[in-house]
Amino acid sequence: MELVLSAGIGVFAAAGVWLMLRPRTFQVALGLSLLSYAVNLFIFAMGRLTVGAPPVLGAAPDVVSVDDPVTQALVLTALVIGFALTALFLVVLLAARGVTGCDHVDGREPHHAEPHPGNPHP
Amino acid sequence: MPPDLLLATAAILPFLGSIAAICLPGHARNAAAGLAGLVTLASLACIALLYPAASGADPVVWAVDWLPTLGVRLVLRLDGLAWIFAVLVLGIGALVVLYARYYMAQEDPVPRLFCYFLAFVGAMLGIVLSGNLIQLVVFWELTSIVSFLLIGYWSDNASARDGARMALTITAAGGLCLLVGAILLGRIAGSYDLDVVLASGAAIRSSPLYLPALVLVLAGALTKSAQFPFHIWLPRAMAAPTPISAYLHSATMVKAGIFLMLRLWPVLSGTESWYWIVGTIGMATMLVGAWSAIFQHDLKGLLAYSTISHLGLITLLLGLDSPLAVVAAIFHTVNHATFKASLFMAAGIIDHETGTRDMRRLSGLWRAMPYTGTLAMVAAAAMAGVPLLNGFLSKEMFLAEAADNAGEHWLNLALPVLATLASAFTVLYSLRFIRQTFFGPAPHDLPHAPHEPVRWMRIPIELLVLVCVAIGLVPNLTIGPALAGAARAVLGARTPDYDLAIWHGFNAALAMSVVALAGGVALYVAFGRRINVNPRGGPWLMDRLDGGWLFERGMTNLVLAARALEARLGAERLQPQLRILFLAALTAAAAAGVARGLDLAAPGRMTAFDPAFALMWLVGAACAVGAAERAKYHRLSAAILVGGAGLVSSLTFLWLSAPDLAVTQILVEIVTTVMLLLGLRWLPKRDRAIPAPAAEAARAARRRLADLGIALLAGLGLAGLAYAVMTRPAPDGIGRWFVEESYPLAGGRNVVNVLLVDFRAFDTLGEICVLGVVGLTVFALLRRFRPAPDSLERPAQQVRHDAYDRARAGREPGHTAADALLVPRVVMTWLFPFIVLLALHLFLRGHDLPGGGFAAGIALTVAFMLQYMACGAQWVEARLRIQPIAWIGVGLLVAALAGAGSWLFGRPYLTAFFAYWEPPLLGKVPVASALVFDLGIMILVVGASALMLVALAHQSLRRTRAAEAERAAEEETA
Repeated sequence: MELVLSAGIGVFAAAGVWLMLRPRTFQVALGLSLLSYAVNLFIFAMGRLTVGAPPVLGAAPDVVSVDDPVTQALVLTALVIGFALTALFLVVLLAARGVTGCDHVDGREPHHAEPHPGNPHP
Repeated sequence: MPPDLLLATAAILPFLGSIAAICLPGHARNAAAGLAGLVTLASLACIALLYPAASGADPVVWAVDWLPTLGVRLVLRLDGLAWIFAVLVLGIGALVVLYARYYMAQEDPVPRLFCYFLAFVGAMLGIVLSGNLIQLVVFWELTSIVSFLLIGYWSDNASARDGARMALTITAAGGLCLLVGAILLGRIAGSYDLDVVLASGAAIRSSPLYLPALVLVLAGALTKSAQFPFHIWLPRAMAAPTPISAYLHSATMVKAGIFLMLRLWPVLSGTESWYWIVGTIGMATMLVGAWSAIFQHDLKGLLAYSTISHLGLITLLLGLDSPLAVVAAIFHTVNHATFKASLFMAAGIIDHETGTRDMRRLSGLWRAMPYTGTLAMVAAAAMAGVPLLNGFLSKEMFLAEAADNAGEHWLNLALPVLATLASAFTVLYSLRFIRQTFFGPAPHDLPHAPHEPVRWMRIPIELLVLVCVAIGLVPNLTIGPALAGAARAVLGARTPDYDLAIWHGFNAALAMSVVALAGGVALYVAFGRRINVNPRGGPWLMDRLDGGWLFERGMTNLVLAARALEARLGAERLQPQLRILFLAALTAAAAAGVARGLDLAAPGRMTAFDPAFALMWLVGAACAVGAAERAKYHRLSAAILVGGAGLVSSLTFLWLSAPDLAVTQILVEIVTTVMLLLGLRWLPKRDRAIPAPAAEAARAARRRLADLGIALLAGLGLAGLAYAVMTRPAPDGIGRWFVEESYPLAGGRNVVNVLLVDFRAFDTLGEICVLGVVGLTVFALLRRFRPAPDSLERPAQQVRHDAYDRARAGREPGHTAADALLVPRVVMTWLFPFIVLLALHLFLRGHDLPGGGFAAGIALTVAFMLQYMACGAQWVEARLRIQPIAWIGVGLLVAALAGAGSWLFGRPYLTAFFAYWEPPLLGKVPVASALVFDLGIMILVVGASALMLVALAHQSLRRTRAAEAERAAEEETA
């Protein structure tokens, strides 16, 4: 399990980093999502892996074997912030596309010195 | 009132008045001036009442803890020295208020002026009353900032802006030096408390850090008091309104540096370095200032350079390291403030009533304004050191000191000569000021016909001149006791015997005084005409040296150097920046691995391998790689593949005992995917068929290869790190404690939820604030959204459907789309109550079972979202009024109030309370204040996520509306 999960985290991270280095805003948005999956799983894995023992207590709490709740709480927070981040990034990229007329991360095509000619609001 | 409270009242009143003044309407000149006058007088009354207490052996002290961990207390401390400066600040302040009321025009935003003015009074009082070095620096910088605002008060005037900027740059830089110096002094003394610092003078002077501390403290004092070569800012600060120049730039603020040197005189003086630095700079400033003042044509310019010269004189006195010189310095500070403030006010009246301050155009004003002329003449005579006026007394003390100290060093040797020379210059420019302005032929072609000002405008000058004369005639009855108190506060046991009498017999000082007076008159007779014409403009011998130009040039070069550095080192484009970031992270991780040794082969613990888990991850990995490959040309499938990867990660959470995470992740995944889909239609078309330029292609291929390398390294590194950690035994973290205490302390069985809404609730409060802010930001950004023109066309499928609908009778555009979605629509509409129920269920059970406010909020959003998808935005909004912004506000308020509830029971913020309640039918229900907090979370999450989704969805409507309006316009023209 450890081997599979760490390999999975590696693949997610590699795909995320690759996409974040790409020139189009949408690619970067997806890359950010993938990288945040990888990092969330990584933080979660810091509490070690436990199968079938969620930190939800029964009537007589057996406190020894349940999974680490701290990393889970951290990841839950990270999920919420990640959601907000993705939403904000998406809207910023849409607004930038509207304002600059192109979807390059720098707001202009690399081989145009000037903003895109189709841009109505330079 | 007890003395310490009286002191606190005096210190805080100006700040309260400042806040009140800015709330007045812009044209309320009388109200603002009345307020400022009352506040200043009230503070003055407090300080005056404290005179008996302050002149005693111990200062009046009022203190509260400010930064206890750093040993910094807020201390107000009033001793003799502080008293005399406080009276100066407040007394002249009150007169300036009266003067400014009549000086300022009705069109000026006068309340703003008085707001700044009162803030300045408060800051200046803060400096003189500080009983703590750090506090003193804070108020010190505050005076720099307020002075900046006041110089730039007429902000449409370029020279006002430039002058303000230069003053701020120089004095604030000095203030920073002072901060470091104060910290050094505090470290040497072991406390920032002024009493402790003053008591450890010997330790400070013998410390190896003495010289750096001295230089830094003096850098602050000398820049503030406009000492050579930092004096260049003061003449340019004359762009301020004249009442402000009179107050800040001659009577009070520039005296802050003098005050600081006086305050720390017992600690810092008495060494060679003090003598050389302070003495030399004071001497240079006195001579340069007086020499430059002679050649000014602008009345205020003359007074500004004269102020510089007098400040230099006081600094020189402080440098002499003789107790009598300190008495003379305090005395001259008071005298200079009175006669210079009255001269500034007189110059302001001349400017106000004639429209010019240029001495080459003014002449013979005596006929038109004899009364103002007399007052100005008396004040100028005090400045020149004519007997029977206050300036004479302190100048005599200065000359006597100069004569007494002659002999030891070359500076001392030259001292009597240079002091006499500077006094002669003073006589010369005072004479020129009066002669040029009030005598000679009648003026012609002035902007206004000159006449006396209104009565009230003259009263401040009358009072100040009265003070000049009174001190000059009967010094012992007027200034004597206060001066003695101030001298005692600085000198303590070293206070010398001195005599303030007018007549000391025939001695060296009197001879020097006579020489200076006669020399000044003689110089004016000899050179006066040539100075007035002065074709070269600047002061003789110094006209090539323009400090202002050097300063501007230096600033320009600084900016250019910064730009050059940025051009060389900065990365403007995002991709290189990210590449550098990733490479730096990789290098850091690799370095740590090499340094500490990376040992993968130490499997301490392993969970049993499960082929199903591996298979699931095979799918997940394929999704991630597929998304990476398709994100450029196939955005839709890439978005779906990323959703798949999210699904795998959600299932992993479920598998590995984290049901809360699984629920949250999958709900977030739904909403995120929908948002991505809503956004897709606004992106430009991207087609593999568009070829890149050939020259680009090779470079792009190389870049992609490098990026691939970085990505693979990052993935490999993270995987290795994750594996290494997971296979090691877990250390004893804090997790165990939360699991054990979750039920006993918080009454919840779902430890993760308890952690979020109870143990770490304050973090969660911050987090939902972020979410709310993001929601509002998205809304604000989309309100001004301007889609690119090429994404405005309607989708091809929709066009086809509408064309079909239009061609058939009895069908409206949109019917085909509605028919196609009929079954899903019915299902989705009916699902609404069930999803709402599910959300409530998730919410209520959150404390004990997986769920909670966040998951419930997202689930509720999904319910709304499905209605939008099934029936369209207009249909939903006609039936359901969702006001997401209100939801955000209510949610935040509920969460914050749930936390504040614990105050009612005298507990800290967000202390949770819980109990169990058994209503009929439902069974045992936990009642916890954390539940209310969780409710706040849920409401806010609904608001924020619904706001984002609805704002995105509405963009399509806006486009339709725009297109419809266009079509209507077209039909009309047709």
